[in-house]
Amino acid sequence: MSLNLQDVQRVAKLARIAVSDDEAQAYQQQINGIFALVTAMQAVDTEGVAPMAHAQDVHQRLREDLVTEYNRRTVFQALAPQAAEGLYFVPQVID
Amino acid sequence: MTQWEIVVGLEVHAQLSTQTKIFSGASTAFGADPNTQACAVDLALPGVLPVLNRGAVERAIRLGLAIGAPINRRSVFARKNYFYPDLPKGYQISQMDEPIVQGGSLLISTASGEKLIRITRAHLEEDAGKSLHGEAPGLTGIDLNRAGVPLLEIVSEPDLRSAAEAVAYARTLHNLVMWLDICDGNMQEGSFRCDANVSVRPVGSTTLGTRCEIKNLNSFRFLERAIDYEARRQIELLEEGNRIRQETRLYDADKDETRTMRSKEDAFDYRYFPDPDLLPVVISDAWIARTEADMPELPWRLRARLVAQYGLSDYDAGILTSVRVMAEYFEQMVLASGGAAKQCANWMTGELLAALNRNELAFSANPISAGQLGLLILRVQDGTVSGKLGKTVFEALWQGEGSVDEIIAARGLRQVSDSGAISAMIAEVLAKFPAQVAEYRAGKEKMLGFLVGQVMKASQGKANPQQLNEMLIEQLGRPSHPD
Repeated sequence: MSLNLQDVQRVAKLARIAVSDDEAQAYQQQINGIFALVTAMQAVDTEGVAPMAHAQDVHQRLREDLVTEYNRRTVFQALAPQAAEGLYFVPQVID
Repeated sequence: MTQWEIVVGLEVHAQLSTQTKIFSGASTAFGADPNTQACAVDLALPGVLPVLNRGAVERAIRLGLAIGAPINRRSVFARKNYFYPDLPKGYQISQMDEPIVQGGSLLISTASGEKLIRITRAHLEEDAGKSLHGEAPGLTGIDLNRAGVPLLEIVSEPDLRSAAEAVAYARTLHNLVMWLDICDGNMQEGSFRCDANVSVRPVGSTTLGTRCEIKNLNSFRFLERAIDYEARRQIELLEEGNRIRQETRLYDADKDETRTMRSKEDAFDYRYFPDPDLLPVVISDAWIARTEADMPELPWRLRARLVAQYGLSDYDAGILTSVRVMAEYFEQMVLASGGAAKQCANWMTGELLAALNRNELAFSANPISAGQLGLLILRVQDGTVSGKLGKTVFEALWQGEGSVDEIIAARGLRQVSDSGAISAMIAEVLAKFPAQVAEYRAGKEKMLGFLVGQVMKASQGKANPQQLNEMLIEQLGRPSHPD
């Protein structure tokens, strides 16, 4: 599998990254290099092998359903570029 | 002319009734000030990690057990990637290939009998925040209190064949999630939301037509109207020789129509992949067994039991099992009434529900306890009060005038069963209405009703009606028959 320039621009658009034509060509080469590696790995027969989620045989630990986090709005909103009346503000989004 | 068949599948998002969010310890209480229940995890601040809430998994297991579905012993969370300001991480944590619940079914009642609707899957995911438009010019306000609230998305197979069936399914599921205590079912607050996948096909066809997904259905009425509208729209297009374009549509309740939200051409590519921040969830047999032991009797089993054990009609049993508190109330009431189950069912579905409807109260806001209403039935059954005056006692109970026995004593409603007293009242009435007595004795049997009414009036409604009847006939003597 390899990507053409259109694919690169589409991925960039999905990721909301502005990519110039020159950059797209460079990225195309780099990404296709990664795909070459993936192709090599896909040659391995994995029939009947369960996908590995973690290097050790562990599973998700669960949290009890108890409130542990309290209101820190003032602290968090001090980090935001724009906030007022308890809301974060972003440039208008039109659906 | 082609006969068309409507094919509907529903996706329901049930907000789970946990105290905290699915991946953080922030509260899920509804209606708090904006962003006061949005912690670092919900805000996606750098370096935070999600930790799964046991309560959310447990609620998913409860639903799975109730619908007879296999519970996946190993379940995986995936990232669904898209950009929107009310989703600060840039992805929603959801489940793709290995949801917690896979399969199952729900039996619904339709106009043409019962029907089994297959359920494809039910998976856990997090809700997004809320975008508020129009708060400030050129800006969108973001409230992240809802971000990370646990949702169970329950997906049905396309087994529904009309808007009415879709509503019956949605109502049955709505009752079930509340019955299981996994969702508060509050549709105004968005705790139970439906998306409908609608397509049409010629009757007899076995292939599915191109479907449209309708979003934004937050009431059963809108669900029904949106499906009806959408099916008509699709049939008109097809009959005019056009094709249906697969798309997502929004229902506009004000205009009663659906309109394009986004089409398949600019379909989102969500790029699902397993979330590396979350390990597979392992659900042990022991956990499932514990959950099963803790489950309430399921509504359809209870309904069958009410019919078998108490001899109720299936209709009454259906009403009594529409809400769990109602079914529990009924059984407590039967105990207090000394086992008068049918009378209890009649009073509940009659007087009590009528009073609740009149006052626009939910069953849980019912001011009369099951013990007191059961006792009132007992007092009617044992003849302490007449059935008619029992309704007066009911009104007084509703108004909070005291207990059943206090009300009967305070208002002097005790039924008169003393034959001496009734006999005296009869003598008085017979003396007062000699003409009517004569007519009765001459064969006009209808006059008996008039005389019964007069004696009852003289007793202020308190005479035991059966006793009054028997004694009156005896004192009047047999009417003569002219022929």
